[in-house]
Amino acid sequence: MNHLQSLEADSIYILREAYSRLGRLGLLWSIGKDSTVLLWLAKKAFFGHCPFPFIHVDTGYKIPEMIAYRDKVASDLGLEMIVWQNKVALSAGMGPDKGRLICCKALKTDALNAMTKHYGFEGLIVGVRRDEEGSRSKERVFSERNEDDEWDYTNQPPELWGQFKTDFPKGHHIRVHPLLQWNEIDIWRYILDQDIPIIDLYLAKNGRRYRSLGCAPCTGIIESQASSVAEIIDELSHTNIAERAGRAQDQEDSYAMQKLRKDGYM
Amino acid sequence: MTTLLTPPSVRRKIRLVFTGHVDHGKSTVIGRLLYDTGSLPEGAVAKIKKVSAETGQPFELAFLLDAFEEEQKQGITIDTTRLQFKTEHLDYVIIDAPGHKEFLKNMISGAADAEAAFLVVDAQRGVEEQSRRHALVLKLLGLTQIGLIINKMDLVDFEPKVFQSVSSELTAFLESLGLSPKFSIPVSALNGDNIVNPSSKTPWYHGPTLVKALDDFTYAPEHGTGLRLPLQDVYKFDDRRLLAGRIESGVIHVGDEILISPGHKKTKVTALAAWLDRDKKDSASSGESVGVMVSDEFFNRRGEVISLLTDAPTVSSRFTASIFWMGKNPLKVKKRYKLRLATSESEAQIARVLRLIDSETLAERSIKLDKPANGSSLDGYNDVQRDGHNKDPRATAHDGAYDASLDAPQDAPHDAPHDAPLGASFGKVSEIGFNQTAEVEIVLQHPLAIDLFSSHRATGRFVLIDGFDVAGGGIVTQIEERLPIKFGFVGDGLIARCEVFEEYFYDLNGMTVSKIGTHDPMYCVGDAVPLVGYSYHYPENFDIVVFRDQVAITIRQGKVAGLTHLSEHSYEGFPVVNGRGFGVLIASQEDFNLVRHDYERLSGDNEARLAERWLDFNTFRRIPIGSGDLRQTT
Repeated sequence: MNHLQSLEADSIYILREAYSRLGRLGLLWSIGKDSTVLLWLAKKAFFGHCPFPFIHVDTGYKIPEMIAYRDKVASDLGLEMIVWQNKVALSAGMGPDKGRLICCKALKTDALNAMTKHYGFEGLIVGVRRDEEGSRSKERVFSERNEDDEWDYTNQPPELWGQFKTDFPKGHHIRVHPLLQWNEIDIWRYILDQDIPIIDLYLAKNGRRYRSLGCAPCTGIIESQASSVAEIIDELSHTNIAERAGRAQDQEDSYAMQKLRKDGYM
Repeated sequence: MTTLLTPPSVRRKIRLVFTGHVDHGKSTVIGRLLYDTGSLPEGAVAKIKKVSAETGQPFELAFLLDAFEEEQKQGITIDTTRLQFKTEHLDYVIIDAPGHKEFLKNMISGAADAEAAFLVVDAQRGVEEQSRRHALVLKLLGLTQIGLIINKMDLVDFEPKVFQSVSSELTAFLESLGLSPKFSIPVSALNGDNIVNPSSKTPWYHGPTLVKALDDFTYAPEHGTGLRLPLQDVYKFDDRRLLAGRIESGVIHVGDEILISPGHKKTKVTALAAWLDRDKKDSASSGESVGVMVSDEFFNRRGEVISLLTDAPTVSSRFTASIFWMGKNPLKVKKRYKLRLATSESEAQIARVLRLIDSETLAERSIKLDKPANGSSLDGYNDVQRDGHNKDPRATAHDGAYDASLDAPQDAPHDAPHDAPLGASFGKVSEIGFNQTAEVEIVLQHPLAIDLFSSHRATGRFVLIDGFDVAGGGIVTQIEERLPIKFGFVGDGLIARCEVFEEYFYDLNGMTVSKIGTHDPMYCVGDAVPLVGYSYHYPENFDIVVFRDQVAITIRQGKVAGLTHLSEHSYEGFPVVNGRGFGVLIASQEDFNLVRHDYERLSGDNEARLAERWLDFNTFRRIPIGSGDLRQTT
């Protein structure tokens, strides 16, 4: 087995554990490359079926092409979609001008937490990876959130031999991270190898492309000539710049992600 | 060995964990390794510089791994991290493990699936408690590739004597555990000595730098070649019935005759399912996640293990294991815990503690030793390697301190320390504390498919759950085999003794009924049975009820379809025979319940009356007259 095959097999194992061991389960699909790979892996794990809904936490500030792409893929694949917004905060005028971390907390964290409670999810599959940033590097594959959706990162459970955290009090939920061991470049190599359709915002047009997708006001565009997946892989093999360098919320504070994620941010 | 000629995407990665006592510099060694090899993204270093400027702390390479605010402020690693690293020859996943004893569970999370380990020791402070404890844990986790890093050599002026002294003390300790380090490197992570480039301050050292040494590690050898496929789930999303799981060892082919344990069902692989055509194939091997289709529609469930017929796991509910405990509350003998082994699960109890190993005490003892203990005296920890099938004549009972001290204390090796063996209060130890390791006997509520850790890793290790938490882990060192039975049926975790396919005859001379022959086969679920014999004739579909074992066996289309406990069996309208093959007059569920009720009260006094009331001696069996050989009778 090569490296990609081994990543694929282990992620499938994790998805199947989640489906077998947890109650109501959903997959957070952000339209980006990582959660699109997750969608692909779920199809493989369940032999063409997707036995749980796909969830999009829509901040209302997403890059417009993302929403169009989301609706098209969902209808092409016949996905059971849940789209959730923090309407109260939005109608009260919440936006990045109120402070990036405040905005992220309201439109992403709070929306996600409200959605989790509303549907009673016991497991949320999320496409985060260890190499994205420091607090994610310390994550577990099955990561518990308490009744207030908080992550007790100072006291994480042992995780060994594919035995994950599946015993927890009612009202808590588990964030399942099947892609934790993948690197950014693994994702692109897998997309190339499997020929997975992705949103074209990642491909360079007029010398610019998105490396990471998020909300329009807070997501930077990089200078790039990579107009195909193969060219992206080549570009990443030679870059020395961090993947989330273009994500403004990460730069707000040295521990911005740790603080956001402690409260339930993905 | 793989080289750069192989495209990076297909190179496997070696998982390498850095362990050792708190503050001996594990995170700094890794940080230096990444920094000096240019393996870091621009933003990572900039971020640390920003943190240093904000907090007024000096620039710390360890912050590359210690990402949490608490870790940076306190200067310790709390949780494990992984990151990727490559040399010219190999790709690595580097795992940083915390050295503080409070966080041993996080160290274990990091080290559990590593293929190789470094033990980092501070040259000035020498071998400390967690250095030894981590070595013990590495041994328990089955790691054999270990390297030593003697760090902070700058604090001892790069003095070769200090290096040699620390290095040989640790080597001696590892050898007492049956581990031999591949190398020992004097480094200063602070300044980068011997990390990437040979240091001019250690002219007396001729070994490899850390980067060179990495390439001495190899992929861990595959453990166990026999097929083990623990079932995660059974899917029926469409008209296919798929047994889903990850192959932990061996290979499975379409057409293979397989055994599903502990249910003991035999069947055949008809296909390996896949979503995409490009993934369809006729065989799959270790590491692959598959969906298996089989020819028989048995009741299957999570926790069962697929193997080949000839090399099956042992079905047992009692075994000996080496365990480590990370629970907040001590592990108590006789208390009920949940045990998970691969995908199976059972309630479990520690029947008794055979040996308790306290690594703090162990630490004190080992310091007194002048030379390696050769595994004979120190603590008997070589027992971890012991297994029920060890053919090595050197590993006889006399060699292992466990056997010597437990069963025959008078035979204890003469070179053993004179004080009492560690945790020698056998039978009296009633709990195992936080961070302790022990050898214990475990009893399960119901039997599981189990292997020795030394033969099949995935089905030879388990975790124990206390309340909501994974609180312990262990490896199976000995399995008590279930009592063999010679005849009858086995399957679905049940065994039934019976003589339905035996030939009986009436011996005119002795005026007795006797059984012929000594051939007593065992039938498994899926096996065809001989419906017609000389003295019996059963229909294609019938049920056998064995009152003495409280088991019902269903025969459908001439094959064993399943075994159920009598309390769960329901009458389906087919004829019923007893364990000797005589008809039981049951025509409804009500009759079945009545028969059960009566036979639960079976005694010498009512046996004849019950037989008279319920049994039919004519339909399925006759007792021919014979004299020992039916073929000679007419």
